[in-house]
Amino acid sequence: MTSAAAPGKHRSGATEPMATEPIATEPMVRRFGRAVLGRQPIGMIFGAPYLLFIVVLFAYPLGLAVYMSFHRYFFTAPGVSVPRPFVGLSNYAAVFSDPAVRQSFLNLLIFLVINVPFTVVLSLLLATALNAAIPFRAFFRTSFLAPYVTASVAMIGVWLFMFSSGGIVNSALGPLAPVPSWLVNQKWAMPSIAIYVTWKGLGFYILLYLAALQAVPKELYEAAVMDGASWWHRLLSVTVPGVRQVTTLVTLLAVITGANLFTEPYLLTGGGGPNGKSASPVLLIYQTGIEQNHPDFASALGIILVIGVLLIAGIQQLVQRRQA
Amino acid sequence: MTKSRTWFAAALTLTLAVAVAACGGGGGVSASTATSAYGPISIWYSNNAQEVAWGEQMVASWNKLHPGQQVTGEQIPSGQSSEEVIGAAITAGTEPCLIYNTSPASVPDFEKQGGLVPLNDFPGGAAYIEARTGPGAGVYKSPDGKYYQLPWKSNPVMIFYNKKEFAKAGISTTNPPLRTYSQFLATAKKLVSSGAAKYAIYPSPSSEFFEAWYDFYPLYAAESGGQELVENNKATFDSAAGQAVAGFWRQLYARNLAGDESYNGDPFADGTAAMAIVGPWAIADYQGVVDWGVVPLPTSQGNSLDTIATFSDAKNVAMYASCKNRGTAWNFLKYSTSLAEDGKFLDMTGQMPMRQGIQQLYASYFKANPAYTEFAAEAAHVIEVPIVPNSVEIWQAFRNDWSESVIFGQERPGQALAAAASQINQLVTGNGEP
Repeated sequence: MTSAAAPGKHRSGATEPMATEPIATEPMVRRFGRAVLGRQPIGMIFGAPYLLFIVVLFAYPLGLAVYMSFHRYFFTAPGVSVPRPFVGLSNYAAVFSDPAVRQSFLNLLIFLVINVPFTVVLSLLLATALNAAIPFRAFFRTSFLAPYVTASVAMIGVWLFMFSSGGIVNSALGPLAPVPSWLVNQKWAMPSIAIYVTWKGLGFYILLYLAALQAVPKELYEAAVMDGASWWHRLLSVTVPGVRQVTTLVTLLAVITGANLFTEPYLLTGGGGPNGKSASPVLLIYQTGIEQNHPDFASALGIILVIGVLLIAGIQQLVQRRQA
Repeated sequence: MTKSRTWFAAALTLTLAVAVAACGGGGGVSASTATSAYGPISIWYSNNAQEVAWGEQMVASWNKLHPGQQVTGEQIPSGQSSEEVIGAAITAGTEPCLIYNTSPASVPDFEKQGGLVPLNDFPGGAAYIEARTGPGAGVYKSPDGKYYQLPWKSNPVMIFYNKKEFAKAGISTTNPPLRTYSQFLATAKKLVSSGAAKYAIYPSPSSEFFEAWYDFYPLYAAESGGQELVENNKATFDSAAGQAVAGFWRQLYARNLAGDESYNGDPFADGTAAMAIVGPWAIADYQGVVDWGVVPLPTSQGNSLDTIATFSDAKNVAMYASCKNRGTAWNFLKYSTSLAEDGKFLDMTGQMPMRQGIQQLYASYFKANPAYTEFAAEAAHVIEVPIVPNSVEIWQAFRNDWSESVIFGQERPGQALAAAASQINQLVTGNGEP
């Protein structure tokens, strides 16, 4: 069935207003309603559940965290009224002056410096290899995904066993094994966690790169081969530029995941040990906010972490736009 | 027009967020009416298999007698720790009337949250507690002089040893030399060097605040003659006793006689460590797995066995603020801690009810289970964690310095204890809050 286009609509269905639309003659209420709700107000109803989801699970907790970070705040039972005075930036000052917090951010930096490049490079190389016609390709694809889909608690049990002083890794290394062993060694605890997280998450990032590699035109590779390009040159000149968007995504996701590091220092190194050398900011948020009931301090730390991640993401976007 | 809709969406988000925020708060229970209210209640108990069995039979017997005041018993929901679960439940107002797994260390925080009901509110409340537990009940009073917890059961921490591994190392299995620090260290060395066990002892080296209760604190209680970590608002452990205990553990770690890595499972149960420092709750786990013996804690000079103090590792019962039928809850609390139920609890779990004179009251049980007699004797010499503000934070501060110095040897234990004491002194008075 065909029909004439409604006023204000092109035949293509676009919703640009027509210059000749008699706006002035429309009742003001209808105009306001249309301006706010659009031409199809029912769309708002369909979108409402997601809006509610965002409000309840993201906007409200974030707003409350900001509120708590500027007040003296602790959790109370319902109906219990306690004074919650505004304390300005004192929670933030306490966060910045706490040596444990500074250590945790340094730990996080060490983690990101190791984890992010390793994640990007290894997942790209492995995805490239798995994209090629190699024997047992399906087996390898599944194998790399297995750690990602397995519960971290179970995987950590295996790593504890492997990296203990009498574990398989130290047995293989012999006299080269570090003393004390990896997970209780002040220098190696955080790099060990970074390597574990890289290994565990690799399968997911490989999937992203595999999807991106499907979109790289095969003609480019054929042309490169015709020009005599080696495998390495094809990787650098065709593959890497071809998957740049996904590289940005992988980097961003790795940074966000790293900033939220909790399970690994909690379980793998026994609560951020040794001596807090593997404690992450989120572990400290848990200890101070949940265990010690100081959510004001924990919120300030959380907000600083959020700002840090947003800054990194912003810088990344900026660099990407300049490159584009 | 798109811009208008964006602003509208933002405004709607803000309005909804405020509305959701407004939904929080309120909903408290009136204390005056709830104290004399009767009706159904719910309780939580530990997820330890023996305690679950005891809890189920106890709830069933109450329900049979009180059809109009039914009790629903459940295992405490799983989480990183019971304290975390209870704290979150208090905030949400979803905690049950009674929790038979309340750690004394968390009581000050729960109290600060307004999450606990003082048991003195009930007629004869304090008298009931004191008559059951005796003079030892006093340590469970909060700084305002009220009882926010009923001292329920203790697990006096002692040294368990694996008889098979001791025999393999050529050490007496009936009277092992473990009374003094020097004897303990020599025995530990023999156990490891003989290959009988990989480690002599293996308390968890993790940085969790409560781990100090299973390495430092029991030995400190023994060495100091029963001093608590904090007394009269001052840390006590920066002392000769504290330094002796720290020095003893440091030697165990430095000589690789104690494990300093996180361990999957129970190193004593699987034979990796020849000794464990734990209370009688663990016996059920060791039954049929380890041929064990038990001795009191060592001290530097080998104190008289009749007077060696230890950490209680108690779990208490507290009544929580969202409880509406508090009259029923109080009656149920008395029922579940009666002479008969305490006897059943001892019989089914092997843990010590905090009731004075248990060796005489339950003589037949101890005659049938002589291995538990030592724990009953120790139960008379237990000390508790200090019931002071910022309790969890205090233990975390202590643990951090302990880990750095004693477990990992990055600082001299004496200096670390002094630093921890200084920080804890500030936290006790509320000046060290973050």
